[in-house]
Amino acid sequence: MTTIDVRDVYKNYGKTRALEGISLRVEEGEIFGLIGPDGAGKTTLFRILTTLLTPDKGSATVLGYDVVKDFKAIRKLVGYMPGRFSLYQDLTVLENLQFFAQVFGSTIEENYYLIKDIYQQIEPFKHRRAGQLSGGMKQKLALSCALIHKPRILFLDEPTTGVDAVSRKEFWDMLHRLRKEGITILVSTPYMDEAGKCDRIALIQKGRLLAIDTPAGIVNAFEKPLWAVQTDQMHLVLQALRRHANVASVFPFGDVLHLTPKSDFTTGELSNYLLNSGFPGVDISLIPATIEDCFMELMAE
Amino acid sequence: MKTLWAFVLKEIYHILRDRRTLFILFGMPAAQVLIFGFAVTNEFKGASFAIYDQSNDPVSIALGRHMSGSGHFKQTVVAHRTEDIHQAFQSGKIKMALVIPPDFGDRYRSGNRPEVQVIADGSDPNTATTLVNYASMMIAQFKAQRVNQPFHIEVATRMVYNPELKSVFMFVPGVITLVLMLISALMTSLTLAKEKETGTMELLLVSPLHPMMIIVGKVLPYVLLSLINAVLIIAMGVYIFDVPIKGSLIALLGLNTLFIITALSLGILISTRTQTQQSAMLISLLSLMMPSMLLSGFVFPIESMPWLLQMISTVIPAKYFIISLKAIMLKGVGLIVVWREVSVLAILTFVFLLASWKNFKLRLE
Repeated sequence: MTTIDVRDVYKNYGKTRALEGISLRVEEGEIFGLIGPDGAGKTTLFRILTTLLTPDKGSATVLGYDVVKDFKAIRKLVGYMPGRFSLYQDLTVLENLQFFAQVFGSTIEENYYLIKDIYQQIEPFKHRRAGQLSGGMKQKLALSCALIHKPRILFLDEPTTGVDAVSRKEFWDMLHRLRKEGITILVSTPYMDEAGKCDRIALIQKGRLLAIDTPAGIVNAFEKPLWAVQTDQMHLVLQALRRHANVASVFPFGDVLHLTPKSDFTTGELSNYLLNSGFPGVDISLIPATIEDCFMELMAE
Repeated sequence: MKTLWAFVLKEIYHILRDRRTLFILFGMPAAQVLIFGFAVTNEFKGASFAIYDQSNDPVSIALGRHMSGSGHFKQTVVAHRTEDIHQAFQSGKIKMALVIPPDFGDRYRSGNRPEVQVIADGSDPNTATTLVNYASMMIAQFKAQRVNQPFHIEVATRMVYNPELKSVFMFVPGVITLVLMLISALMTSLTLAKEKETGTMELLLVSPLHPMMIIVGKVLPYVLLSLINAVLIIAMGVYIFDVPIKGSLIALLGLNTLFIITALSLGILISTRTQTQQSAMLISLLSLMMPSMLLSGFVFPIESMPWLLQMISTVIPAKYFIISLKAIMLKGVGLIVVWREVSVLAILTFVFLLASWKNFKLRLE
């Protein structure tokens, strides 16, 4: 069953175009990731789906309710965690949780099983004010508050931004447990490495969708060979490679360069070219593409 | 009901945990009452003045003694020439001068309308007017004491309701007005703007909360706090400055409650139009505090304002509140007597509430 259905949605802020014809469907019980850099339009789409903004053109439904007409119905059924930490900093952990439970006419006890795993980690600090929590703890509290009324859909706008690696992993484990409870999750992130944790992802850039598929499907669609070039003179080698006519694209990727060659080019030829250009000891290997490679490739098209 | 209580409780936590808010809520009213009550006053004692006695006659000397002996005036300069008076004014030694002409004593004895001249420093018109009035009254008094004609007609002035013309009687209602405006309007507009600024408004909107619940939950704690403050100011007025409460206490509290709701509705209206606490504060101060102070009749009488300002003052809620407040406190009348002012206040409140209801945004745009 489709829980979120977005049809050709446009949204402008004055002259800035935030969304330009977005269409996507999210099925019940899946973790759907919206992957894209800052300013791609992720937050705008979240705000339209949570009925905080109205689309300029196009339409969208959440659980069969129209985001403009039936906004009241949607507001009762969804949980929303905005990108910015938006809880009451001067209230304690427990007071925040109690408040949001009561706002939805629920109690902490009623749905405690849902948040138990995550809340137990912050429970030792339940009398501490939310403003004095660390980034990871704030995010766990925010998720608990968004979950405490057992929503049918969870909207998580960049939940892992500014959170340490361990907390990020715990967070994703938590999302997988929530999916087992039947909660549909729409999550956005600028981190490409988190894409693999979603059931399906949409790559978004400058208000347009580049691709929608499973993470494996997106990677498989990358048809060209991909070479990893390892060198200790990254910057100079990058410039040399960009000058070469048979190099389709080359990007720095951590401590290696990812290169897509044009069809009639071999690793041997490349090796020779670099040796002649004065870069000995360069290691070239064929590697499988990552989501980020696909993103770069789709962006260039 | 449970949701509303949760909301009110949250708001009380906010207030109690923010020292700045607490200070504004309870420090400011007390400070304002004391400052207005003690410092800002039109009464005076021992105003320095000069006498230029050209007559030098027993009667003129007696007049001089009469003036100095009252305690209101203190003779600091004895003038022998007109220039002495000018110099004393310029150097700021005196606020007023009394010039007695050479024929004063003769005309006095012959019953030929003796004249004296009172000169005051017009660069401070309020003080000048007050001093001249006091001086004239004292001279008239002096005359009355000395003349024992059987058919002498004397004009006696009596200031009713505030016989001593104590300015504190004027300031207590004014300060109540200002403080209620400040707390009710400024604080509600700030607290709603804060929810927008910190992003918590987003969460409140994406919830089943009725907008009415958000507003009522926000406002209710401030109604109570404002009422406590009103009682506090009135008590300070009564016990420190002897301001009377001649009317019924219930009518007084009822009137205060109405005005608190007026101010709160204005606060909500402002917050629907602003996104940040800073702009909410600026707009509240400029559009509410200033007019409430200047155009309500608290500081300047409305009757003497230009036509345009008088027109503006008709939509200033503080004006009607002050009129009714003074009537109940100082004249001891009931709400019935000031029904016109109270109705206008109620209508204005209703209009503001309606406007803020219409302006309350259900979305972020």
